[in-house]
Amino acid sequence: MIGESAPRPDGDAKARGRFSYTGDLWAPGLLWCVLVRSPYRHARILDVDPAGAYAVPGVRGVVTAADLPPGACHGVIVADRPVLADGVVRFAGEAVAAVAAETLHAARAGAAAVLVSYQPLEAASDPEHAFAGPPLHPDGNVLRHIALRHGRPVKLRRDGTPVDEVVVEGLYEVPAQYQANPATDAALALPSPDGGVELHVASPYPHADRDQVAECLGLPAGMVRLMPTGAGGSAGTREDVGLTAVVALLALRTGRPVKAVLERDESLSVGGHRHAARMKYTHRADRDGRLLGVEAQIILDGGAYAGVSAEVIGRLIGCAAGPYMVPYAAVDAWAVRTNNPPAGAMRGPGAVQVCFAHEAQMDKLADALGMDPVELRLRNALSSGTMLTTGQVLDGPVPVGAALRAVAEAAPPAAPPAPGTLRGTGYAVGLMPLLGIEGADESSTATVRLDGGVVTVTCAAVEVGQGFVTLVRQIVDEVLGVPDAIVLQAGTALPTAGAPGVGRHTWLTAGAVEQAAREIRERLLAPVAARYGMTARLLDVRDGRIKSYDGLIDLSVDAMYEDTATVTTAGACRAPSTEPLDDAGQGNAYPAVAFSACRVVVDLDPELGTIRVVDVTGAYDAGRVLDPGQARVRVESSVAMGVGLALTEDIESVWSPPGTWDVPAVRVAAWIEEPQPGAPFGAKGLGDAAVVPVPAAVAAAVRDATGLELPRLPLRPRDVVVE
Amino acid sequence: MSGPGFDFDAAPTTSYVLRVNGEARLIENAWIGENLLYVLRERLGLPGAKDGCGQGVCGTCTVHLDGVAVSACLVAAATLGDREVRTIEDLDNDPETAGVQRALVESGAVQCGYCVPGVVASACALLARSSEPGEVEIRRALDGHPCRCAGPHPMVDAVRTAARRRAPRETHSTMMFNVIAPPAAGGTE
Repeated sequence: MIGESAPRPDGDAKARGRFSYTGDLWAPGLLWCVLVRSPYRHARILDVDPAGAYAVPGVRGVVTAADLPPGACHGVIVADRPVLADGVVRFAGEAVAAVAAETLHAARAGAAAVLVSYQPLEAASDPEHAFAGPPLHPDGNVLRHIALRHGRPVKLRRDGTPVDEVVVEGLYEVPAQYQANPATDAALALPSPDGGVELHVASPYPHADRDQVAECLGLPAGMVRLMPTGAGGSAGTREDVGLTAVVALLALRTGRPVKAVLERDESLSVGGHRHAARMKYTHRADRDGRLLGVEAQIILDGGAYAGVSAEVIGRLIGCAAGPYMVPYAAVDAWAVRTNNPPAGAMRGPGAVQVCFAHEAQMDKLADALGMDPVELRLRNALSSGTMLTTGQVLDGPVPVGAALRAVAEAAPPAAPPAPGTLRGTGYAVGLMPLLGIEGADESSTATVRLDGGVVTVTCAAVEVGQGFVTLVRQIVDEVLGVPDAIVLQAGTALPTAGAPGVGRHTWLTAGAVEQAAREIRERLLAPVAARYGMTARLLDVRDGRIKSYDGLIDLSVDAMYEDTATVTTAGACRAPSTEPLDDAGQGNAYPAVAFSACRVVVDLDPELGTIRVVDVTGAYDAGRVLDPGQARVRVESSVAMGVGLALTEDIESVWSPPGTWDVPAVRVAAWIEEPQPGAPFGAKGLGDAAVVPVPAAVAAAVRDATGLELPRLPLRPRDVVVE
Repeated sequence: MSGPGFDFDAAPTTSYVLRVNGEARLIENAWIGENLLYVLRERLGLPGAKDGCGQGVCGTCTVHLDGVAVSACLVAAATLGDREVRTIEDLDNDPETAGVQRALVESGAVQCGYCVPGVVASACALLARSSEPGEVEIRRALDGHPCRCAGPHPMVDAVRTAARRRAPRETHSTMMFNVIAPPAAGGTE
């Protein structure tokens, strides 16, 4: 039932180790695939000689770029990333060749025996080099630039006297953050008798992946069948399409099933991480603490290939000034190419990075003005009917003030600071555009089938661990009174539902399921209602009973199912329409925006530089909490991810998401339940908005404790030692 | 394991008996450097323990070795001799395990589920050695299981719940009369 916690349908199998992920799959005659990867960040490939690999016993096939159609490239927005590097490698870890062999050992030995001759080239690791340096790709180095110009500089007061300005400046850096999906990318390909290929991949976005693989292999899309398998987590990006295409190619070449599972080190090097960002900000305010203007230059490191960088810039630009009313904004944001691994989308893409900067600026401003940082934020907070710096008027709920007040008024942690430590408290508020932006024409579909009281829901949305399957069951329970619906993943058999994340399935696929379920309900209730001379709308289904509005009718739900054998309905839900941002970064680009506020309390040992996060209190713009248990889990995971970015994680290290000591359980000060118009049950996705202010609030708390400026993450002990 | 210049043909192999889940399993002509995780998954068909990092830091491959939770990816299988390996496939048969599994599902710690067999193994090892584990013990036992889907606390909550629910059962087994009600299906909290 909506509003109550429900158990996951797949929970038992997963807890018993009986749930299969791609790496667990096997097929008769299986070959293992291992890729040959470039050790250089930038190099010309002079020669690839596979002869040595063929000499290894058990090796059955080796493929290089020469085995692919010319220009076989993939990419969701721009297809610029070669499946296998052709003539040049642009990041360390880029795949150059792949070997299939009878055993994993033989495949590794074969991969080590492929001789690749490189001529190293100068590598551009600093994104600022992208502007002056030689192009790293024929398309140039700037993946996208938005020059947002909004309003006019405020120089004079209403009475004509000059404004007494307070100006604060800062240069901020946020590092890349590794997805750290528990299961690394993997793929199993089986050759089909018709010359096509069947792919078993934990793809969150099966349609796009299938189309890209087909394109890269020069096959019609119909000959590539992609079956989504159990996904071992997704923080926003998973399944390297290039890997899937290579495995498919080897299956076609050898005529045998081929499987590849990335090693953790490989997974770290192939990209998909949160964009590293460098941000220069200037904030201007008057003496009363009203923001007059925000100027910023922001560079995202897109890595070697385009990926989703253009979209991330589109999201970032509207968040760059924060959830505040800003009369004048001049923000230039670039995503550029470097010889680093290609970045992906990770929970809160774009918004997390700028939140670290704009919230640090707000604290600096509060300090310069001698104001309370919460008061300064409240004074400038966006509210319903106000305008983003993209010129878009926010017509949905905008509970910035309510969220911030909730965390500020929550009781502070009861325990006193640990002996010898400095206690600091930091606040941050963030915003996150949900769903596809800038005219992305997004929709999702679902079919609901009722057969003798058993409900089966089929949708193309993929469960990656976010709990979508639970939500589907709750919707069916809410509408039809059947608690244990079977949820099937359609793969590519239904039109695309888009990738999970940015609240897409909570809105679009949930909306489609709700619509289909409601249609069944109308159809089945009509005869029951007719029996009592009323319309179906006057009847309600709840707790396994059909009840009339006046309580006079109270029947078992079985009455609905008596005369009906089988009903199948289809539902669809489309996102509110949007438009691309214009040259000045203006336009109604976002279908919806979600907000969250966070207060973090830390105890810091000034001598050792160790930081203990004592308390995290959050307030979340949920629209409506559909499942309190699941909502809490979403928030817990987002806070852990945010604390990880601020304190424990490091893209160079193998696996460092925060553990049980690094982050406290989240205290939720408020679920703000102002329904989002147009969204099913008024609910919005939680995960993305929840992570946005966390790193900023952690840094603010450490600044409060130490008085240090701390312009970059992560905060390591050597950064925070104070005398 | 791999690397340029490594000669797999010349790699020494051996045959040995591995005690897994109460059975003696023969491993034939295997490279002596194969880790326990590889042997369990690829030679013995036991895919319950997952491969997450191969470096002993993600916890997804946790199994019991003589009742102690270890990272199977860090253990050389050929060196184990008579030591008893238990994987999730066998732990699943213990009534104690069911309580841990139920608590994990209820607390929301099971999302993508990839880390969960390892979490179950660590939690069961903890509950076997400690009748009433404290907060610190629980956190220490689970610290090697980072989780992106749910964060660390739902699993900590689950183990706390499983330990608490179990406590009355032990008490009443030592008593002559069943004066303390056995834990109800819905839990005792």
